[in-house]
Amino acid sequence: MLELKNISFGADGDDGRIEIVRDISLTIPDNKFVVITGPNGGGKSTLAKLIAGIEKNTAGKIYFDGADITDKNITERARLGIGFAFQQPVRFKGLTVLDLLRIAAGKPIKVAEACEYLSEVGLCAKDYINREVNSSLSGGELKRIEIATVLVRNVKLALFDEPEAGIDLWSFKNLIRIFENMRNSSKDRTIVVISHQERILEIADEIIVLAEGKIVKQGTKDEILPEIIGTKYAVNVCQKIADSEV
Amino acid sequence: MLKMDAVQLQLIKEIAELHDVPEGAYNFRANGQSVQRNTTANIDIQSKTEGSGIDIRIKPGTKNESVHIPVVLSESGLKETVYNDFFIGDDCDVLIVAGCGIDNCGSQDSEHDGIHRFYIGKNSKVRYVEKHYGSGDGTGKRILDPVTEVYMEEGSTMEMEMAQIKGVDSTHRKTVAELKKDAKLVVRERLMTHGTQSAISVYKVSLNEEGSSADVVSRSVARDNSYQKLDACIIGNAPCSGHTECDSIIMDNGRILAVPCLEANNVDAQLVHEAAIGKIAGEQLIKLMTLGLTETEAEEQIINGFLK
Repeated sequence: MLELKNISFGADGDDGRIEIVRDISLTIPDNKFVVITGPNGGGKSTLAKLIAGIEKNTAGKIYFDGADITDKNITERARLGIGFAFQQPVRFKGLTVLDLLRIAAGKPIKVAEACEYLSEVGLCAKDYINREVNSSLSGGELKRIEIATVLVRNVKLALFDEPEAGIDLWSFKNLIRIFENMRNSSKDRTIVVISHQERILEIADEIIVLAEGKIVKQGTKDEILPEIIGTKYAVNVCQKIADSEV
Repeated sequence: MLKMDAVQLQLIKEIAELHDVPEGAYNFRANGQSVQRNTTANIDIQSKTEGSGIDIRIKPGTKNESVHIPVVLSESGLKETVYNDFFIGDDCDVLIVAGCGIDNCGSQDSEHDGIHRFYIGKNSKVRYVEKHYGSGDGTGKRILDPVTEVYMEEGSTMEMEMAQIKGVDSTHRKTVAELKKDAKLVVRERLMTHGTQSAISVYKVSLNEEGSSADVVSRSVARDNSYQKLDACIIGNAPCSGHTECDSIIMDNGRILAVPCLEANNVDAQLVHEAAIGKIAGEQLIKLMTLGLTETEAEEQIINGFLK
């Protein structure tokens, strides 16, 4: 279980101090699929980074499985079972996909096992296993490998920051299937996804709407989705692609 | 022949990945003397009659054979210059493994300067692997100043892998190559310097006839207070293609000077150079830390991958 108590985060901007997350308190129980939506700049990504320890909250406490992790660093939180898939995955010159999956697994897993995770994210394993994670990979390929690095870890809490960003429609359908699989097979695993996508919101147990650094709505999918459907907080995938092409 | 001691055997393992006597032809040199040698029907090794070094002659048509010529220095204060000449016949396909390991526990400088000359026959394929390694806690410096000259006949191919990852205090490497028609040179250099080490690597590759090509790629990491100079020059004297790339990670107070240089003396010479120096990106460290590595472990993984 993840508990946030009175979490705030501010940063110094050009026009003085900006409060990005304002006094958020939130409990995410085990075995839930939670989607966080809301307008751009509302503090969603920052909140996920605060949970993973990538950013440090300026006020408040974070508890994971009952233990206070507020002062724990990224590595310590990762080892406690928190996983994070970045919105814009980073490239590594020289490291292969297999190297990265082995680092993620924390042990030298067999090639066959690594291939299973690649197949899971819709990549033909034999074409990718020895590829370098460098600029020869497309944004979509990189994104799927990023998701595989979280799958291979078997974490208790998996955070996905806009997993659909930068991938095409075909991959998007695949992505939904990955999340459905994770949701159905998850034993003691909580999944938190940041997304505006209606299709992802539809498979949520719980939806949180974040705006201006605060929670403006929170509840079950059945309570929240009808209120936000058709707004920019729950967009149709075709709509989004059409918008981005304009 | 003399026996090698434990320190020398450890050095051999580091530079040639040999745990035992290799198959094929070999010449082991330790503290200035040849200690073991083996020749085969196709590969002959003779000590030079004048000066220090060996001549390696490979008969035309020799395929899938290898030559190992590792050198180790474990005596402090030893300085040597050794000339090794390789005469490779036409239509060969061979692997040559060289390398030098220095263990210096004393206070005097130890230095090995290997001058390697390769004469590669028509349509021959050569793979050359060279590793440099230093160990020992003495105040004496471990110095390696190798010179490699490569003369390539029509249609020949040379792939060179050169690595210096640890323990060499000072190195000044010079590599010169001259290529004839359709000859192809591929160089992969990996270099890591730490402490107060300095490494200079200079390439001068002349593409002299039509269809010749060269691809020289150097990847390096400079840590602590070390200094590197990478100077890769390709000269196109005919319709040819050349590519050079210097890619470096800089850390701590390291300093790197990359001097890629191209000279075209023919309108159909296609030459490209790339050079990049930068520190490890913070995002790369953060990504690996979210996978459970500490910052130091993450750094090691990134460097290992980069130099692989």
